[in-house]
Amino acid sequence: MAEETKIMRGLEAIRLAIEEEMERDESVFIIGEDIGKYGGCFFVTEGLLEKFGPERVRDTPISENAILGCAVGAAMVGMRPIAEIMFADFLTVCMEMIVNQAAKARYMYGGQINVPVTIRVPFGTGIMGAAQHSQSFESWFMHVPGLKVVIPSEARDFKGLMKTAIRENDPVIFFENKRAYYLTGEVPLDKDFTIPFGQARKFTEGEDITIVATGAMVQESRIAAAKLKEESIHCEVIDPRTLVPMDKKTILNSIEKTGKLIIVDEGCKTCSVSAEIAAFVAEEGFQYLKKRIIRINTPDVPIPYSPNLEKEIIPNAKLIQNTVKKLI
Amino acid sequence: MNSLEIPIDWSSEKLISIYKKMLLIREFEQRITKDTGKIKSPLVHTYTGEEAVAVGACAAINENDYITSTHRGHGHFIAKGGDINSLMAEIYGKEGGICKGRGGSMHVADFSKNMLGANGIVGAGPPLALGVSLASKMRKEKKVVLTFFGDGAANQGMLHESMNLAAIWKLPIVFVLENNMYGWSTSVEYATFIKDLSLRAQGYGMKGFTIDGNDVIEVYSTIKEAVDFARKGGGPTLIECKTYRWDGQMTMDADKYRSTEEKEEWKKKCPIEIYKIKLIKNEVIDKTIIQKIEEETLTEIELSVKFAKKSQKPDNGTVLNDIYKNPINLGGD
Repeated sequence: MAEETKIMRGLEAIRLAIEEEMERDESVFIIGEDIGKYGGCFFVTEGLLEKFGPERVRDTPISENAILGCAVGAAMVGMRPIAEIMFADFLTVCMEMIVNQAAKARYMYGGQINVPVTIRVPFGTGIMGAAQHSQSFESWFMHVPGLKVVIPSEARDFKGLMKTAIRENDPVIFFENKRAYYLTGEVPLDKDFTIPFGQARKFTEGEDITIVATGAMVQESRIAAAKLKEESIHCEVIDPRTLVPMDKKTILNSIEKTGKLIIVDEGCKTCSVSAEIAAFVAEEGFQYLKKRIIRINTPDVPIPYSPNLEKEIIPNAKLIQNTVKKLI
Repeated sequence: MNSLEIPIDWSSEKLISIYKKMLLIREFEQRITKDTGKIKSPLVHTYTGEEAVAVGACAAINENDYITSTHRGHGHFIAKGGDINSLMAEIYGKEGGICKGRGGSMHVADFSKNMLGANGIVGAGPPLALGVSLASKMRKEKKVVLTFFGDGAANQGMLHESMNLAAIWKLPIVFVLENNMYGWSTSVEYATFIKDLSLRAQGYGMKGFTIDGNDVIEVYSTIKEAVDFARKGGGPTLIECKTYRWDGQMTMDADKYRSTEEKEEWKKKCPIEIYKIKLIKNEVIDKTIIQKIEEETLTEIELSVKFAKKSQKPDNGTVLNDIYKNPINLGGD
């Protein structure tokens, strides 16, 4: 029987996942700023207050440490909270609860407890957010053992990975790309549709080059791959989907076939997601490489406000296309 | 309450158990101080001098109520009913420790007793207590959370976010501020511009009390009232217990910022002595009973040291266990 699906935007896929999990499990609740009455800064949680009531859809004051304290503390005693931090940029004021508490609790307390919390974070450029509402901080959290880091790029994956995140017994930080919120895609309606962590997704198959991309850069890479195909250059576009755990195997297998790797990542270049991927490929897949690894990143610069300046620094399909051609 | 008064509804057994608990904490910490060379960690923080706060507060809650603790957590651990063998073994970094030697002194926790952990980050307990009390409220369990923190944490932003949120949602929390007069070398007079830190409660619309943290009965009765209020849905209370840390900040502390006179002055207000005198005057205990309790306590401590020393070191092969629920999956598609 064919899978029943519906076309929806990324943000609606996340909402559907949350709604289904809240129906399924009473211990799931959601907490954050403007998520109830207003429906969330990006309307991800619209309608949930009406459906589940203010006990389980909790609007908070602007107190990010208190939001995450609520979520992490409740998780430590068996609830399954989902916390929304309105912009990734605001993670700077509540790192404590994530890095020193949620990530460490299982280990430092000798395995006594689970910390099943999901922290949702919209991130990335594209809304003229400037320096403090546009950043891509996902690589920071790869450096913190104990956290799982998820970064879907389109609607289907948003749903499947969000459901897995909520059911996980470890803390999950779930990066939601703002541009991907508005991309439409087919989403399975099966209430038990989940996507396991640590499984990359191959969007296109090809023998010429491997392109590993995350977040909004997956879509840019797919556009580039489609154009290159017209010129008979066949790219394998891979989205790791989860950064921790990282599906190294799929990436290395692809490079074994293509011998070439370009990594596209919206974060600033130094110590970025692309840096980590390049490093493990150099360590574990050096023998497959026929050309040097190329990383396409936003340069190390605060995100500017003016759209033409923002466009100047964010990697796009054209740049990817040109880079592939130069490498091949 | 008259300083010689004791709660009339308490049995001698309960009154004595309070004394025993305080003494157990005192002797435990003194043994730790004596054995610093064997324990080796310079970051062990003892609770000597502050015993009345943990013991009085924990006597005011039920077994299934929760506490969150601080970096100075041994006293809270013992007061909440934790086992001292596994506590001592943890401080020695052994597999038989309550956290299997992964946490150490600053992270002792016993979730089976709802003691939700000592915490190395000053001020991190109260935000976690929000979530614990919220869970209790959502599940209609009527469990209360005591969140212990010090005068140092009193100036952390996290605490203020927590007091505000607890107040607006009427969460069942009691904020127990252990004012031991110093955040390491920084005195509370330097760090704050008000005399009584309980004044801060007003800013969040909750009741605040400043009490003698060396009087275990006063601690008990004030916290009990706040606990009952929280359990009935009245919301949080802030209680400042003024007390004093006898030892340095931690085992490595040079402790050169406090005068001998100041320390001696506070030692005259020893919480255990004060309580002992009350019990004697009220004929609950006498010299024979006191001597017996002291001997039993020392034996118990001696056994815990033996247990800790005998316990195995954690196996090096297990160092990567318990980072995640299951080892992370690296499978392909």
